[in-house]
Amino acid sequence: MRPEDLLRPSPKGLHCPIGDFYIDPVRPVERAVITHGHSDHARAGHGHVLATRETLDLMAIRYGADFAGSRQALGLGESVVVGGVRITAHPAGHVLGSAQMALSWRGLTIVASGDYKDAADPTCAGFEPVPCHVFISEATFGLPVFRHPPASAEVAKLLNSLAVFPERAHIVGAYSLGKAQRVMALLREAGHTAPIHIHGALAGITAYYAAQGIAVGEVLPATAARKADLAGAVVIAPPSAITDVWSRRFPDPVTAFASGWMRVRARARQRGIELPLIISDHADWDGLIASITATGCEEVWVTHGAEDALVHWAGTAGLRARPLHMVGYGEEDAEEGEAGEEAAP
Amino acid sequence: MNRFAALLDRLAYEAGRNAKIRLMADYFRATPDPERGIALAALTGALSFANAKPAMVRALIMERADPVLFGLSYDYVGDLSETVALMWPAPPPHERPNHSPLLSEIVEGLATLPKRELPVQLARWLDGLDDTGRWALLKLITGSLRVGASARLAKTAVASLGDLPPDAVELVWPGLAPPYEDLFAWVEGRAGRPETGDPVPFRPVMLAHAVEEADFAALDPADFSAEWKWDGIRVQVVAGEQSGEEPDGARPVRLYSRTGEDISAAFPDVAEVMAFSGALDGELLVMKEGRVQSFNVLQQRLNRKAVTPKMLRDFPAHVRAYDLLAEAGEDLRDRPFLERRARLEALVTRLGQPRLDLSPVVPFDTWDALAGARADPASAGAGADAEAVEGVMLKRRDSLYVPGRPKGPWWKWKRDPHTVDAVLMYAQRGHGKRSSFYSDYTFGVWSAGQAGDVLVPVGKAYFGFTDAELKLIDKFVRANTVNRFGPVREVLHTPETGLVLEVAFEGLARSARHRSGVAMRFPRIARLRWDKPPREADRLETLEALIREG
Repeated sequence: MRPEDLLRPSPKGLHCPIGDFYIDPVRPVERAVITHGHSDHARAGHGHVLATRETLDLMAIRYGADFAGSRQALGLGESVVVGGVRITAHPAGHVLGSAQMALSWRGLTIVASGDYKDAADPTCAGFEPVPCHVFISEATFGLPVFRHPPASAEVAKLLNSLAVFPERAHIVGAYSLGKAQRVMALLREAGHTAPIHIHGALAGITAYYAAQGIAVGEVLPATAARKADLAGAVVIAPPSAITDVWSRRFPDPVTAFASGWMRVRARARQRGIELPLIISDHADWDGLIASITATGCEEVWVTHGAEDALVHWAGTAGLRARPLHMVGYGEEDAEEGEAGEEAAP
Repeated sequence: MNRFAALLDRLAYEAGRNAKIRLMADYFRATPDPERGIALAALTGALSFANAKPAMVRALIMERADPVLFGLSYDYVGDLSETVALMWPAPPPHERPNHSPLLSEIVEGLATLPKRELPVQLARWLDGLDDTGRWALLKLITGSLRVGASARLAKTAVASLGDLPPDAVELVWPGLAPPYEDLFAWVEGRAGRPETGDPVPFRPVMLAHAVEEADFAALDPADFSAEWKWDGIRVQVVAGEQSGEEPDGARPVRLYSRTGEDISAAFPDVAEVMAFSGALDGELLVMKEGRVQSFNVLQQRLNRKAVTPKMLRDFPAHVRAYDLLAEAGEDLRDRPFLERRARLEALVTRLGQPRLDLSPVVPFDTWDALAGARADPASAGAGADAEAVEGVMLKRRDSLYVPGRPKGPWWKWKRDPHTVDAVLMYAQRGHGKRSSFYSDYTFGVWSAGQAGDVLVPVGKAYFGFTDAELKLIDKFVRANTVNRFGPVREVLHTPETGLVLEVAFEGLARSARHRSGVAMRFPRIARLRWDKPPREADRLETLEALIREG
């Protein structure tokens, strides 16, 4: 029995021929298992969707209530058997509702981790390593130059800049699902109590996070505020909006961007960022290695990102490894619209 | 060092000139001597270390990192110092240095340590710094500290400590040396103005803005004097009184480049004829049989530490003077241009040296007349030297000699460049800011091959386009790649499909190093010709004809 008998890459996504379902399919399929709500993993139009309740809720917010023919919620730690294959959801630590999907069949376990991080995050359950034979890992930040500093230190940088430039609005670009709410929660943890102003595109998801008990604090629509009230305020917006005409309404703004890519100077400068904040919802290089090692796996499959480097490392660590060359991932979420090859050098 | 590194980090992201000056001034105010003076030296490019080269940095990381992972990382980041700074492994806690090094400690160490001890010490410093500190240290020692703050801006920041005009610091600067304690004491009002002890100091040069068509409406021809803009290199000749300090009681003479680099050693043939005391501004050229040679010929003499008798014979150097900044101990920079010019003419005539002559004044009474002279220098007085003319310079008759690039007194008006329509053949990923963009383009023109017309590469350009155009070209490259060679992509270039680039350039020369046999000077992308099919691009014969005409 080979692992490929249980799960194999296909143009539509990772396919389980035994259970006849796909994990995070990029095209409409009959049965889909979805790891998390980012739009490159969670797409509309499937016949049946299995995911955590939060992921199903977020998909409904993004795509409308009829995003799939039928849906089935699977709680973290819960299992379901599909066509003889046991599927268990484990926390992935990526965003609210994110899950690693462990597939077990005749003593073989493969974990499809989706996107994950091993760093602490006040907005979602922390990553848990799941013992397995094959671990399927992303490699968005799969180069040893990517080591994310503690997120609290980066938020301190933002608060320090607010103190130095109290007359300027601080516009923080952050991906609308997960990163934006994490920045809000981190600001609250750091003692920032002033209202946080948000772009309209963030409203629905942020309200959902608040309803789930995430401490995002007082959140106001940025467009309703008077210009004077935005001096010295934090404004959070999708990355595409921060250098758009939308941002012209703010007084002498400082442009910040919360992303793991900000670790590389050229990336920050290309976008005209003045205050780079290295806050990522993906594991950094050390995190990838620690997480893979903690699963005790014999084999690593690398889905998207810097596959070459991670596969090379796995070889030096005595693990079998193969890049899956999956297409369609990392395009919307490879943190903030870093398209195609940009996410996978 | 971490504090200085934090300053550099902020400067690198800050776009506003005034904000940069404020950040530097804050740093100078909060940092004690000599640390801040060493920082000033680093910011103004006054530090260099012969022992610490990129190869040493590379060797250090190779001892600590997997070479494949380093290679992939470097390819991604596009900058050696930053790659090493980011992936440098943290030492185990018990091996961590107990304090992070000061900038002044590092600079002293670099200057005094024997070369063989340097790698160990450098590694120790890197262990003691955070990633920003490591980045700054590596940038510093590899001599590539580019943070978007010029030397001029750093001096302006120093001047702002004492509400002095920036030029005040520029004027005393040539006589000063790190750690500049006398300079800080002066601007902070704790001591008098530092005096220069150098008998042949460099004087910061005055530069011209490029004149645009629209500027002329506001300019009166009667206010200006015109002269040719020569295609050589700007040089400042400074000569002192004969003194006992020089060997054989000779006169000290220095030739400085426009940035103040001392290039005297490479040009003894002109240095030895400067029998005057003062400072003049002119163009360094190669002159043979009474004719100015092309820039390509001059290049044989550039960037050399020493010079051979054969080079002196084959490529004799010459200075064509156009301004006089000082004479016999008298500073002339605060005199109007016409007065300086008259003094210069008298001096050059008196010296009567064949290797030193005057850049002639170009007479004109209307802008149209000057445009005519610029279009045809040969019949407007440049004669046989017309080939070495790259435009005209306009100087206000009343202009004082002000360091920097003040807008208004001086203008440069370059000749229209040559252009050629070429086809994009290869694209390479850029470095630094452009590390994710295919931004270096090799382009070719058509030439008859054995099996019909083929494209032959004629040059490489990496600027001239806007950021928006860069994105479009990058997209085109990614969508039309036919081959990959490391960071280089071969791009589709058939007679029907491909991207035509209008390339502007200043001149052409024969070259044995290029397959096409021609080399372009200063090529840049003037326009993207999405409208033009590659088969309509220019042919090699067109370029060859240009060389013949030239």
